[in-house]
Amino acid sequence: MTGTRDERVREIVTRYAAHRGPLLPALHAVQEDLGWIDRDDAAVIADVLNLSKADVHGVVTFYADFRDAAATRHTVSVCRGEACQAVGGQELYERSVSRFATIDDVTVTEVFCLGNCALGPSAQLDGRLHGRLSDDRVSALTQGWS
Amino acid sequence: MTAGRTTVYVPGDAAAVSVGADDVAAALGRHPELDLVRTGSRGMLWLEPLVEVDSERGRIGLSAFAPDGTMLSAETLLSIGSAAATAPAVGEHAAYSLGVGRVEDHPFLARQTRVTCARLGIVDPTSEQDYAAHGGWVGLRRALTMAPAAVVEEVVSSGLRGRGGAGFPTGLKWRTVAGAEPGLRFVCANADEGDSGTFADRMLMEGDPFALLEGMAICAWAVGATEGFIYVRSEYPHAIAAMRKAIAAARAAGWLGTHVHGSALSFDVEVRVGAGAYICGEETSMLESLEGRRGEVRAKPPIPALSGLFGRPTVVNNVLTLATVPAILADGGERYAAHGTDRSRGTQAFQLGGNVRHGGLVELDFGITVRELVEDIGGGTRSGRPIRAVQVGGPLGAYLPAKLLDVPLTYEAMAEAGFMLGHGGVVVFDDTVDLGRMARFAMEFCAKESCGKCTPCRIGSQRGVETLDRILADRAHPGPAHAAGLSLLTDLCTTMERGSLCAMGGLTPMPVRSALTHFPEDFGLDSAATPGGRP
Repeated sequence: MTGTRDERVREIVTRYAAHRGPLLPALHAVQEDLGWIDRDDAAVIADVLNLSKADVHGVVTFYADFRDAAATRHTVSVCRGEACQAVGGQELYERSVSRFATIDDVTVTEVFCLGNCALGPSAQLDGRLHGRLSDDRVSALTQGWS
Repeated sequence: MTAGRTTVYVPGDAAAVSVGADDVAAALGRHPELDLVRTGSRGMLWLEPLVEVDSERGRIGLSAFAPDGTMLSAETLLSIGSAAATAPAVGEHAAYSLGVGRVEDHPFLARQTRVTCARLGIVDPTSEQDYAAHGGWVGLRRALTMAPAAVVEEVVSSGLRGRGGAGFPTGLKWRTVAGAEPGLRFVCANADEGDSGTFADRMLMEGDPFALLEGMAICAWAVGATEGFIYVRSEYPHAIAAMRKAIAAARAAGWLGTHVHGSALSFDVEVRVGAGAYICGEETSMLESLEGRRGEVRAKPPIPALSGLFGRPTVVNNVLTLATVPAILADGGERYAAHGTDRSRGTQAFQLGGNVRHGGLVELDFGITVRELVEDIGGGTRSGRPIRAVQVGGPLGAYLPAKLLDVPLTYEAMAEAGFMLGHGGVVVFDDTVDLGRMARFAMEFCAKESCGKCTPCRIGSQRGVETLDRILADRAHPGPAHAAGLSLLTDLCTTMERGSLCAMGGLTPMPVRSALTHFPEDFGLDSAATPGGRP
């Protein structure tokens, strides 16, 4: 791929311009292709979709999925929903936060339900869903992350 | 099944994959004598990954891992597949059996009434032909021979109510849209299944996606819609992929697109992916999100049926609601209405989760009690400790104490008891749960996920967290400040209930109040007191 970031954003968003309500699919595509949605992307996106910059900025910041910087190499999203809390999900979350606190390459986030409520505690490790997680299992699955 | 070859079925359902189903499929798929089919899950989730093998006796189920972690071998499956019908169902394979013989004879499934989820775990979700071979498209074929108004009345006669949580009669909603301003109309499937403890929408989309598409197409014919959207939460990547594949296959087979199978119906569907906002499961917030805006709820009226997506008449129904419609059109509304009780007609796909031994999907006629569901079917807690609380209806549902579990799971009985059925999620907690902490979590969740449009929800939940922090800090030595905190908390609950724009702020007090009423000792109160005033 070539071109400046602005040109690439313009090219991606243009693919969605004819859709109904194109903003969310366009934002997903920008993040998917370029890794994150930059604050400065809003002006380009707004221009292509005939929206105001404020509209775009408002939408980007409303949704938890959109990030304004590149993701870390590894991600851990631990479920804090009630069903996972019933089998130790809260403790798993807290221990995951402290386990990876000193490792720059790992981001730990909370999520509220991954739809795996009968096989908790659940988490996504690098986007992959795992159920019936224990500390040992997390250690085994994240070996070599430090 | 080809001669000399044996077909094995391994679920591709996200829950099964979360405990190793993909590894099992990879290992079995390499064997030259096995034909591998990836299905959805039957819903016996504690047995996952549950492998099935074709035999003369039917499909025999085996857990893919023995208790010591050994993976089921292809040889074991081949020996079961080739055994005579008279051979014992499990025998030497007991290590993997966990009591499973013929899958449909398993007590967990045998007592269920599968209507909405009839094909789940049985069919190949990527195969439109398999769907057709298992009764698919029959409802749509029949609907297309009927006048649209007659299709609406068939759904009215079924008594089907919205399975997303609000329980609004589906046929009446469709009638309103059918009678609305002529022109462009939409069908939106709400697949933003964010409630903790619920996963039936996900399982259906992953295991029987064509049923949702058929339901949407029937709805489109009934109300005169031409475009459909499925709004799926981003936390469900497997469901998103399954629906996209199914849409392409349905188009190729002529069930979506212009002039569906030569009829006057032209209808197409697009998947839209959410972006991590719980509130977008609220229907007006979902419409805002589909339009490309912040997922802030709209004030009603106008109702979406009259002014919905882009201001046009719109049906918004939950996945399970729409996926039930094909069976209603195929077999008739009366037959569906014969299931259930009173004004809760039909079946409900309950989802049993949390600290439960036998968790999974349980589709039954309305009317089973919470106790029967969690004790008889669920087998009690996974930890083996006594049940202390059961939360029914997701994060906005009540915590029921062990002594109140005999309430029947119907819309009316639950409402009468001050609870709600919601989307049918049932989450079990053992006696180690701290209901004070769970009440605080309910407020914290609301504070984090509130769309921020109305003050009672946005600020009330934040104050709720702070007030509960003080109450819980004082609970060992309650004094006047503790009593004042509790009084403030019940005031806050009343304000949120009466002043919030949507169910998020309006119902967050339900778990809080029920915890306070039924578990006062967790808030530093005498267990005889009932400060919540009501559930």
